[in-house]
Amino acid sequence: MGFLHYFCRKDNIMKTSIHLSLKFVIGLILLIAMFSISMVYGAASTSIQDVWQALFTHIKSDSINILRELRLPREVAAMLVGAALAVSGAIMQGVTRNPLADPGLLGLTSGANAALAISLALIPGINYFGITIACFIGAAVGAVMVFGIGAVKKGGFSPLRIVLAGAAVSAFLYAIADGVGIYFEISKDVSMWTAGGLIGTSWSQLQMITPFIGIGIVVALLLSRQLTILSLNEEVAVGLGQKTIQTKTILFVVVIFLAGASVALVGNMAFVGLMVPHIVRAIVGTDYRLIIPMSIIAGAILMLLADTIGRTINIPYETPVAAIIAIMGLPFFLVVVRKGGRVFQ
Amino acid sequence: MVRLYTDDLSIGYGEQLIVKDLSVQIPNQKITTIIGPNGCGKSTLLKAITRIISHHSGAVVLDGKNVAKENTKILAKKMAILPQTPESASGLTVGELVSYGRFPYQTGFGRLSKKDYEVIDWALQVTNTSSFKYLPVDSLSGGQRQRVWIAMALAQETEIIFLDEPTTYLDMAHQLEVLELLQRLNQQEKRTIVMVLHDLNQAARFADYVVALKSGQIVKAGSCEEVITKEVLRDVFNIDAEIGIDPRTSKPMCITYDLLKGE
Repeated sequence: MGFLHYFCRKDNIMKTSIHLSLKFVIGLILLIAMFSISMVYGAASTSIQDVWQALFTHIKSDSINILRELRLPREVAAMLVGAALAVSGAIMQGVTRNPLADPGLLGLTSGANAALAISLALIPGINYFGITIACFIGAAVGAVMVFGIGAVKKGGFSPLRIVLAGAAVSAFLYAIADGVGIYFEISKDVSMWTAGGLIGTSWSQLQMITPFIGIGIVVALLLSRQLTILSLNEEVAVGLGQKTIQTKTILFVVVIFLAGASVALVGNMAFVGLMVPHIVRAIVGTDYRLIIPMSIIAGAILMLLADTIGRTINIPYETPVAAIIAIMGLPFFLVVVRKGGRVFQ
Repeated sequence: MVRLYTDDLSIGYGEQLIVKDLSVQIPNQKITTIIGPNGCGKSTLLKAITRIISHHSGAVVLDGKNVAKENTKILAKKMAILPQTPESASGLTVGELVSYGRFPYQTGFGRLSKKDYEVIDWALQVTNTSSFKYLPVDSLSGGQRQRVWIAMALAQETEIIFLDEPTTYLDMAHQLEVLELLQRLNQQEKRTIVMVLHDLNQAARFADYVVALKSGQIVKAGSCEEVITKEVLRDVFNIDAEIGIDPRTSKPMCITYDLLKGE
């Protein structure tokens, strides 16, 4: 993060009310704190000492094993998915200049969902890698359908129109997923994937998914400066010498990776990609060189928080994490719609 | 020798051609203004010359090279574009926005060099926007905002600057302010300026070279005395214009006009 000190120069063109690096340090401290809390609290009560031993020693006991094999992969998954969804949402909002862009709202999640159902139905015994690939393809198809509908009509890319197209396409794709599930009598398997949230996340799943999310996030960071220019105005971006088609194509692939991998890991999860970038912009401004790294931190914190609430609010039952996120996200969505109508039109 | 020209340029969206076989030479270090009625293809022409949209056939040539094939980053060091009414720069400060003009000179994460800072400060100074440096762009008035966007184009340090209707939505005083700024840049910094203007009298007053377009073709190109005439305006705008001489600038001006009847 060597570039950070450029933003913190004394005579600087950035407004620096609170030192930017301080904001990132606070973010990281909050992340570590949230991670510790989510490790300690849950159906099986454990102590902070157990957590410490599970992470940094080779000591074995029942509660430590629960932490290592159940809770730790789950919380790592929460952080990965939170970061992936937040970054993909930030990229989508930047490229489309649509404040309502979110992989869950623009057909990517439902596309991955439908592809997952179809692949489970047609390829019995499909392995996790196959499912992941199916999710990528599905996410791409969903996105292309939504933006295809937008492209048909002039002005179809307006924020609300695209969200309407997203809602219609999502309803269609969910219906396909349900239909396939019922027809092939695999509804239970499908919903176990798509509505299961973080339950039962294993280390082997993480091993499969992490490289995709990792690469996606690294590429997003490398292209963050291009994204800032692109988010300003496309003609300005061309004038400044950006290869806009190339940049947008790479970013599209990154979004597909991040959103598809998230669905393969936790199933449906709307609103994370919508909420986090808006919160982050209020903290670090409109430069994607700062928005992307801060979205990684904030997305991870949000998912840890939602998962911890889901696990503890109604012990011994789990409240689905997607429901927790939706309860937080919906009011947020409405606020952005109200504000977005004025600011972005 | 003319550095920038188009050669039989045709531009169209889909099947329909908006500009047909257009050849125009842009004089170096002069102010060139493109005029014409709505839908005549003047903005389209500007966008095609600056590679924002691709053209159908023909070529745009800059320094002997085909713009369509030239490296876009090299072009960004030679020509800057200010699109028509850029969207709001939500949340950006003036300094940040102007710093993006340095984009073609940066690599990687784009840390600004000492030179970059100097150029940014210079661009702010020339456009008289230094005092807004730390203010959000959105908090400025229309005229101030336009000057800030021009500062960004200036920070690009290009010899040619294109502007698409830079005076739209500005009141009379602010229109003049922007045009005088461009004139200063032309005279003092020797920048070549190419712009689309709606107002004929402004075009006559500030342009060294006027290109009058109609239906995607040039009706007349030349000095303002050659182009701002009764005949040309009749052909281009379908108006019966009364041309006089501006008592202050001695440039031709359209004093009054009527719509042509019976055609």
